[in-house]
Amino acid sequence: MSPMRCAALLAGLLIVASAIAGASEDLPREKQRSSYDDMAPATRAMQDADTDNPGMLWVLDGEALWRAKTGSAARACADCHGDAKQSMAGVAARYPAFDAKRGGPVTLEGRINACRVENQNAQTLAYESRELLALSAYLALQSRGKPIAIDEKKLGETIAAGRDIFRQRQGQLNLSCAQCHDQHYGGKLAGNTIPQGHPNGYPLYRLEWQTLGSLQRRLRNCLTGIRAENHAYGSRELIALETYLMWRARGMSMESPAVRP
Amino acid sequence: MARALVNIPPKAKRGEVITIRTLMSHQMETGFRYSTTGAPIPRDIITTFIATYNGEEIFRAELFPAIAANPFITFTTVATESGTIELTWRGDNGFAASEQATITVE
Amino acid sequence: MPSTCKPSNLTSRRDALRLMGAATAGYALTIVRVTPLAATPADMRTAIEKITGGAKVSAGRVHLEIPPLVENGNTVPCAVTVDSPMTAADHVRAIHIVTEKNPQPNVISCRLGPRAGRATVSTRMRLSDTQTVVAIAEMSNGSFWSGSVNIIITLGACLEDLI
Ligand code: HEC
Ligand code: HEC
Repeated sequence: MSPMRCAALLAGLLIVASAIAGASEDLPREKQRSSYDDMAPATRAMQDADTDNPGMLWVLDGEALWRAKTGSAARACADCHGDAKQSMAGVAARYPAFDAKRGGPVTLEGRINACRVENQNAQTLAYESRELLALSAYLALQSRGKPIAIDEKKLGETIAAGRDIFRQRQGQLNLSCAQCHDQHYGGKLAGNTIPQGHPNGYPLYRLEWQTLGSLQRRLRNCLTGIRAENHAYGSRELIALETYLMWRARGMSMESPAVRP
Repeated sequence: MARALVNIPPKAKRGEVITIRTLMSHQMETGFRYSTTGAPIPRDIITTFIATYNGEEIFRAELFPAIAANPFITFTTVATESGTIELTWRGDNGFAASEQATITVE
Repeated sequence: MPSTCKPSNLTSRRDALRLMGAATAGYALTIVRVTPLAATPADMRTAIEKITGGAKVSAGRVHLEIPPLVENGNTVPCAVTVDSPMTAADHVRAIHIVTEKNPQPNVISCRLGPRAGRATVSTRMRLSDTQTVVAIAEMSNGSFWSGSVNIIITLGACLEDLI
């Protein structure tokens, strides 16, 4: 990046920072807008055609893993869950879910790992590993077009905790997520349109990454962007943010595996 | 795992021009980047893509580091006869992968 | 990712972000390393001469299609179509794409023939910066034709972790 572009980016951030009022309401449902709608036609085309969408490479891997006998139990996901097209239809759209056994929220990735440990006698998979992305992409595909609907009664506390983080000013730039994604969406930041920051396409293929990535990877990027202290994958903070974002996007269609710039 | 996503129409009319769409999973490490310790990261790319139709070469591409990760290539061919279209990718560090599809020409 | 280096192959965003952070926090600016990898237009000329063997390249017949709005230089869709009947007597033998400022000018070189039916190929490429991209077609009669486009690249806002 040239110093000039860098300065432009910084100036953009500071303008946003200085033009901000206080805390606000949650994004109203009738204003919800997917980042897809702000993407250039070429990027949309990449998401629309399965033959052109690189995210489908992970889906194919996920399908193979779904059928593979794994762990010392030598069981495949499919041995218990059958055809994912039926058993997993709409499942990803209601994650994070409340896990009664653990008495707290569990993400889709966490749920996959729980099945690996408890039902396959296998090791957990790391966030952003090819296998975990592949399985989560395969499952999320079974929710494509389904409305996001998480259990707001059971997850009330987690949603509230996520909302607090979303609204809290943080980092060296002293910005909150809400300042950009609730109050300035549609605006421009160094040539990019600020989106509403919805989680409806994950895991997704980000052109910047040149690979598939989880929602938590994206959240960590945004925390880096405002130069705030980052949280570990699977941490309470990121799970809370993820849960709040899914609640905030309730009713929106899942697009996984989406493509984003 | 070298996963490919290939789209070849299973059926075509004789003489019809068909489009073949291909995506191959590969990071296409350019050789121009440095690790956090400042050490150069060696190049690791797909260098060659070849398509054959019933054994005869119909298309070939030489790829350079400027091809985006998970190379996407589309090209066309005339559906001449029923048979097999084979696609082969080769690259650095012995990378080799291939995919086949059959086509029925009427 | 093998490192925390930016996925972008061609620029050093880590340095840029460091710079941005330092500026924000009011520190003095120190640029740690500049990566002088951009090829010069002279390199592009050399690459084109290698392709043509020094033969003359005429402008025309080659349409290089790149969407006007490129959202990320890491993955830029592009399609090349050449006006040609694609017959045994008159066809396109090869299509090449080269760039002006990438560290290495060549992007792709395709070999095709009358069996292609149409002279159309598409791919996705990396562009390090705002620059000119040139497509060159080699015809069966040995002539070379070209088309070019100037592409503007913008950068993403939220990037990867720093170390
Ligand atoms: C031995 C059988 C078994 C295997 C093997 C197994 N699971 Fe499960 N899975 C279950 C059961 C039982 C549940 C019900 C939830 C519970 O345990 O509380 C479940 C629940 C789930 C859920 C949550 C469904 C929902 O409606 O919320 C997901 C997602 C899931 N499994 C994915 C997987 C994946 C992916 C694999 C393979 C990596 C896998 N499972 C392997 C038995 C299995
Ligand atoms: C300075 C403005 C700004 C702030 C503050 C900010 N973001 Fe973002 N965010 C963006 C922009 C711009 C994008 C679009 C992608 C890009 O080019 O980086 C984005 C993208 C996203 C996306 C991806 C949406 C999609 O469709 O994939 C999510 C999710 C997100 N942000 C969440 C957050 C969270 C959570 C926070 C707080 C920790 C936050 N953002 C803080 C500007 C911001």
